[in-house]
Amino acid sequence: MTDNTNINKINSYENTRRKEEMKHQVITFVLMIAFTLIAFLVVAAELSRTFVIPFILLLAVVQVGFQFYYFMHMKDKGHEIISSLIFGGIWIAAVTVLTFTTIIWW
Amino acid sequence: MSLASTQKKSFGAVLWDYLTTVDHKKLGNMYIVAGAFFFILGGIEALVIRIQLMKPENDFISAGLYNEMITMHGTTMIFFAAMPILLGLMNAIMPLQIGARDVAFPFLNSLGFWLFLFGGIMLNLSWFLGGAPDAGWTAYTPLSTQSPGHGVDFYVMGLQLSGAGTLIGGINFLVTIVTMRGPGMTYMRMPLFTWTTFIASILILFAFPALTVGLFLLMFDRMFGSAFFDVALGGNSIIWQHLFWIFGHPEVYILILPAFGIFSEIFPVFSKKRLFGYSSMVFATFMIAFLGFMVWAHHMLTVGLGPVANSIFAVATMAIAVPTGIKIFNWLATMWGGSIRINSAMLWSLAFIPSFTIGGMTGVMLATATADYQYHDTYFVIGHFHYVIVGGTLFGILAGLHYWWPKLFGKVLHEGMGKIAFWIFFIGFHLTFFVQHFLGLMGMPRRYWVFLENQGLDTGNLVSTIGAFLMTIGTIIFIINIVYTSIKGEKASADPWGTGRTLEWAVSSPPPEYNFKKLPLVRGLDAYWIEKMDGNDKMTPAEPLVDIHMPNGSILPVTMTIGFFIASFGFIYQVDNKSWLALVFIGFAIALGSMLIRSLKDDHGYHIHKEDLEREAD
Repeated sequence: MTDNTNINKINSYENTRRKEEMKHQVITFVLMIAFTLIAFLVVAAELSRTFVIPFILLLAVVQVGFQFYYFMHMKDKGHEIISSLIFGGIWIAAVTVLTFTTIIWW
Repeated sequence: MSLASTQKKSFGAVLWDYLTTVDHKKLGNMYIVAGAFFFILGGIEALVIRIQLMKPENDFISAGLYNEMITMHGTTMIFFAAMPILLGLMNAIMPLQIGARDVAFPFLNSLGFWLFLFGGIMLNLSWFLGGAPDAGWTAYTPLSTQSPGHGVDFYVMGLQLSGAGTLIGGINFLVTIVTMRGPGMTYMRMPLFTWTTFIASILILFAFPALTVGLFLLMFDRMFGSAFFDVALGGNSIIWQHLFWIFGHPEVYILILPAFGIFSEIFPVFSKKRLFGYSSMVFATFMIAFLGFMVWAHHMLTVGLGPVANSIFAVATMAIAVPTGIKIFNWLATMWGGSIRINSAMLWSLAFIPSFTIGGMTGVMLATATADYQYHDTYFVIGHFHYVIVGGTLFGILAGLHYWWPKLFGKVLHEGMGKIAFWIFFIGFHLTFFVQHFLGLMGMPRRYWVFLENQGLDTGNLVSTIGAFLMTIGTIIFIINIVYTSIKGEKASADPWGTGRTLEWAVSSPPPEYNFKKLPLVRGLDAYWIEKMDGNDKMTPAEPLVDIHMPNGSILPVTMTIGFFIASFGFIYQVDNKSWLALVFIGFAIALGSMLIRSLKDDHGYHIHKEDLEREAD
């Protein structure tokens, strides 16, 4: 067993890393459910529309972030190309939406 | 070559082979052949246009037919000639350049090709089914929503089919370059043609959805009574212009960037010097792609967007001249002090630089928003975009074809004929389009069927038509060259130019179906050149000889496409009679059935065993 110490070290590192990962997943999952409940609650509480709509949109953006970065592992290494493509796409979509809301007259 | 492929096969077997192939090199060649066919169709349409405009008040064709000609010329040349030939070159060459054995999704590659081909066939069938689309290649609403007959319906469905194919192709290239680069092939060791393929594919990924959305809206307006573009019912016809150009402007960069990549391969090889400013070339390509998405409204400067929007788009447009200028100077500096060899491929590349620069200069003129009120919709615009598309993209395609012909088809094109074709085409090109700038400045509007005599337009138009005939002669000589080479040409060696720098020249011409017997180890930019300089005549292998895993061919892409093709006819004709909806159901049944078979049937491919590989001579 003595000459296996190196392997054991690596294994224990792997185990702590996996535990961390699992913790993150659970926290994110709980937060996602909480955000969804909050979204329903603010609608049910009949607050003013000018507050509710931006607030729900904000929650949605955070949830998308969780989805991408934790559940779909974009926070991990080796996802640089994927994230730059996704942000490129978001940028182009944003410019398009900006155009359609500003310089088209109805 | 393997033993099986040297044996004579019956015609049916060859046909079946091409219908079911998933080999990126065969599909590349098929893209090029199909694109050349549509190029000839588009060329004939161009010739008809020029004959009609040869003299004042000509009556060679009727006004309606003239509208159909200009629409079909533009649509065919952009979507079914330039794009597929470029996609064909990317398909055939890019996997070789990164040291891969195929693209990431060989099945999708085949599906993309067949969708493109049937889209083109559908568009051109409109000639025989009651008239072609006649609303211009931009199909501006409300002209396109009110165009009678089924012409524009064929435009919508044909472009929708081929657009899906292009999108599939673009995603395929992206995944291939991200995941399948060979051992040692880092991003900054990729040849420039691979880089431009990568960036053009990003543009395809982001730009084509806008076209898809626009075409769907147009389809629903024309076929199902919606009113997205109908002002009387609360719609807005400007939306089409925005959607079309959000797609359309990146589209012109999709056309020109691969051509830039081709020139960046040719100049170093025939100057015997590495590409000047490699990393600035990559950077400039990215800059062009990035800015390319924020300039679309310069096609709409006279729509009435207001001075703020016009200024923003005008400045952004002019900014694109900067990275393009970087590229031009890099090419010049590549040749500077090199030992230059001038052959047909190099002639097309050299001719590109001044021609494209003129096109770029008129582009900056057009971007000047206030002056554009004068230029808009005149022959000045026609002159401008033919200088960039013919002088840039088409010269690039022809240069690339001469350069890679041995790699694609195993034979070197005849030099003499190549040079004659070049000079006739080059002179014809400038005769045709240079004078059109002045016709435009004198007030000749585009898309008009006739012009009046004694308004200073007679001579210019005659010169332009003569130029068009010279371009036709040049093209015919090129076709004769192809036929002559395929009959008489000698078999090319792996590196027929002798100064090949990139990986595709390290394998035989044409390459075996598995590309690399052993994947090569890439030790830097211009991997093959590095080995040559170290005195090796072969690439250093990165792996021992092992069994090679290959994908199986499949007929399913063809049946899927035929399904969508039939369904498209159902959509077009259900306007006249609801019973045509039966075709929609039949078509979708075929397409979805094929998809189901593809999903449920496991297909693990096959292996080429290393014993067989050892037996083959190199």
